[in-house]
Amino acid sequence: MNRPRLAERPVPFSEETRTPTDWATPAMQARLRRRYAAERRFRRLGLAAVALSAGFLLFLLATMLAQGLSGFTETRLRVPVDLAAARLTVTPAQLSERRADLALAGAGLQAVVENAASRRYGAPALLSGGAWLRVRDAIKADPALLHRTATFDLPVSSALDLAAKGKGTPQATALVARLRAQGVLGRHLNLAFLTDADSTDPTRIGIWGAFLGSLLTLVVTLALAFPIGVLSALYLEEYAPRNRWTDLIEVSINNLAAVPSIIFGLLGLAVFLGTFGLPRSAPIVGGLTLALMTMPVIVIAGRNAIKAVPPSIRDGALAIGASPVQVVFHHVLPLALPGILTGTIIGMARALGETAPLLMIGMRAFIAAPPSGLTSPATVLPVQIFLWSDQVDRGFVEKTSAAIIVLLAFLLAMNGLAIYLRNRFETRW
Amino acid sequence: MNEHTVKAFDADIVQLRGLISQMGGLAEEAIAESLKALQRSDLARAEEIRAADKAIDAIAAEVEQLAVQIIALRAPMAVDLREVVAALKIASVVERIGDYAKNIAKRVPLIDGEHRIEPVSILPAMGRMAADMVRGALDAFAARDIQAAVRVRESDVALDDFYDSIFRTLVTFMVENPKTITQVAHLLFVAKNLERIGDHATNVAEMVYFAATGTRMAERDRGNREGEATWRA
Amino acid sequence: MTPSPSSPPKMTARDVCVAYGDKTAIDHVSIDIEQDRVIAFIGPSGCGKSTFLRTLNRMNDTIPSARVSGDIRLDGQDIYAPEMDVVQLRARVGMVFQKPNPFPKSIYENVAYGPRIHGLARGKAELDATVERSLTRAGLWNEVKDRLSDSGTALSGGQQQRLCIARAIAVDPEVILMDEPCSALDPIATAKIEELIHELRGRYAIAIVTHNMQQAARVSQRTAFFHLGTLVEYGATSDIFTNPRQERTKDYITGRYG
Repeated sequence: MNRPRLAERPVPFSEETRTPTDWATPAMQARLRRRYAAERRFRRLGLAAVALSAGFLLFLLATMLAQGLSGFTETRLRVPVDLAAARLTVTPAQLSERRADLALAGAGLQAVVENAASRRYGAPALLSGGAWLRVRDAIKADPALLHRTATFDLPVSSALDLAAKGKGTPQATALVARLRAQGVLGRHLNLAFLTDADSTDPTRIGIWGAFLGSLLTLVVTLALAFPIGVLSALYLEEYAPRNRWTDLIEVSINNLAAVPSIIFGLLGLAVFLGTFGLPRSAPIVGGLTLALMTMPVIVIAGRNAIKAVPPSIRDGALAIGASPVQVVFHHVLPLALPGILTGTIIGMARALGETAPLLMIGMRAFIAAPPSGLTSPATVLPVQIFLWSDQVDRGFVEKTSAAIIVLLAFLLAMNGLAIYLRNRFETRW
Repeated sequence: MNEHTVKAFDADIVQLRGLISQMGGLAEEAIAESLKALQRSDLARAEEIRAADKAIDAIAAEVEQLAVQIIALRAPMAVDLREVVAALKIASVVERIGDYAKNIAKRVPLIDGEHRIEPVSILPAMGRMAADMVRGALDAFAARDIQAAVRVRESDVALDDFYDSIFRTLVTFMVENPKTITQVAHLLFVAKNLERIGDHATNVAEMVYFAATGTRMAERDRGNREGEATWRA
Repeated sequence: MTPSPSSPPKMTARDVCVAYGDKTAIDHVSIDIEQDRVIAFIGPSGCGKSTFLRTLNRMNDTIPSARVSGDIRLDGQDIYAPEMDVVQLRARVGMVFQKPNPFPKSIYENVAYGPRIHGLARGKAELDATVERSLTRAGLWNEVKDRLSDSGTALSGGQQQRLCIARAIAVDPEVILMDEPCSALDPIATAKIEELIHELRGRYAIAIVTHNMQQAARVSQRTAFFHLGTLVEYGATSDIFTNPRQERTKDYITGRYG
């Protein structure tokens, strides 16, 4: 008995016999070689492009560091000051009050210190204009110094400082050589650069004023651009109907992101300063102007991030009975947050480096004191760098590069923080 | 009916039906041949017919296996499922028909004897009727023809009547010719076998109807079965 | 049609039509979703069974070009009436999708989200109890009870789908709609979910869309065959699969379609 088998369909019969492809012919081999060569070429090109970009970056960093590192150092001269002999007319009572600064200034401490230096080394104008302040601070800390002779390491004048760093006039260089031979010159870290405000004397300038100005401006920018940008992106993606008006809005926002930043400066000048009468060169005005500039970037990045959230998540939330707002804030926003933060980083980094619009709204003045609030006059780091680079005095050159280093460090820190935040909020799905 | 999208499924059904037809043909032949052998007292032929029943059994086993495979592998639904189930049942019924034909052939030597029995000549007519019913039922299966199936069921009434009259004839003959009682008794069995074959053909027709429509044929009136009652008594 | 069940149908649909723009997707479909029963919607691709399912919990509202007409009622209330709160409707009529879509949160959070937003649980203890009950009913509790804080997306496909079912159950719905719930799963996971559907039947009215006819045969008591947007035949599952009345139904289920 034959065991029946279920019908197996016969393989369709083909008239032509199949000739297998011959992979070994020279033509084939040549083609294969060309394809691999194309692969190698492309990889090398990519590598070259990356190397070129990295090269430019390294070049920038190296140049900045080479020029700017010395800006963080200062040359100091050892000066013995006989405060007892100076017989300054200050009482201990005055020293303990807050008016100690004025008292010491009124007592002529500055002249005492400078004369001490000139007498000791036989040359005038050896010290920087702010040198006596160090002595003042020391006396405030320890009033007993007033009755003694004390030796201080005081910053030298700009000319000597330049000479010590090898860029001075011949006379200054000679003087420096003499002083060095005596072993009284020393190179120290100039931390005051980071805590002092702007000044006309390059040995006394610091970036703290500009830094604080940048910080305040960026805080205002972030506080305005981020919520408005994110909420706009959410509304445009989730709620807005698709009609001609929303298309127009989308085109407008895209164009706004490409508008030259100086136009925003004009806008700020005309509207914020002119119509609203806000204080000139204040961080709040700068922040408003930059917020206008940054918002489109955040909206665009936000919309893309929200579009990338899979519709299955929304469907799942809706099917449970979540209201549209709950769907957006509990599900869509957390998943879109990494993309939104990336857009924010890009926007804020651009805002940090913007000079033109802020120049237009007046943040170009010489501001000697750091801003005390959002409405007091301030300047920002890029503008400060621009102003210093304009100065004639050669002492400003290294300080400008040092300020650039600070700006880059600020940028890096901001990016690092944003990347950290992005990684923390990134949920995998 | 259209073809299945999976063409092999159609081929399987065709194979199944082919086996049933083949079986049916063999069974019909067995019925006709066994009665011819009976009439001519052809013992050799009767022996051949007995042996040939094995072929029918073999095909029945094949049908069973094929049907099980189709159910497992093709997951037939609706009309296909009913057809496969019907084919399974029809195979066992046709195998039974074959067994009855074999039984008739088996009795040929027993009926052959020194006395001549006239009523033997009536039986071929009944045999033809039964064989026609079997053919009709299997044709109805092949054509999926429910009218033909209904006709087969109706002709069972005529066959039953035929059986009743033969029964009376044979009993009368036995009473008048007591020496032939053993042989005539066997003839009675032969007639009974033919009647059973008719009943089985009716079963096949009912299954054909079910396979085609999904419902059972309406119950028919059972005619007066006097002869049956007498036999039972 | 079919013998009416003992209790009135949970949801009724009469003359439902759905169109996307000017293309008709569903054409005058009338059907009942009965309590304690599973109804399967079968039909070839593009026949409108998923579209019809989505009208039952107004998920078609999310598609701007969709227009739904007809009368769909849940316990006698028209679900498309302005007074009907969509958010509440979707809590009463839950849905499980073809591709498992757990939220990218922990397993606990996935299940607890629904009760939380609807205010169904007062206090943490009650929420914990609800989560445990839902996961148990979905047949997942024993596998995840020690790792409730793991991410929902770290589970296998079958477990994720059961998690989605648990999520739907957690808001205590009255009807559960399932859109091809097993098509992305392997046979063992599929069998577990079919068994789960059988267990859930006593508590919820279930409507399941499937393109696997054997699954519809195994799982449902009523079957509706859709073709090109119309309801061709609707009746007891055993009748449809052994003796369908319509020619199109017969062609489809015996594999003679197309």
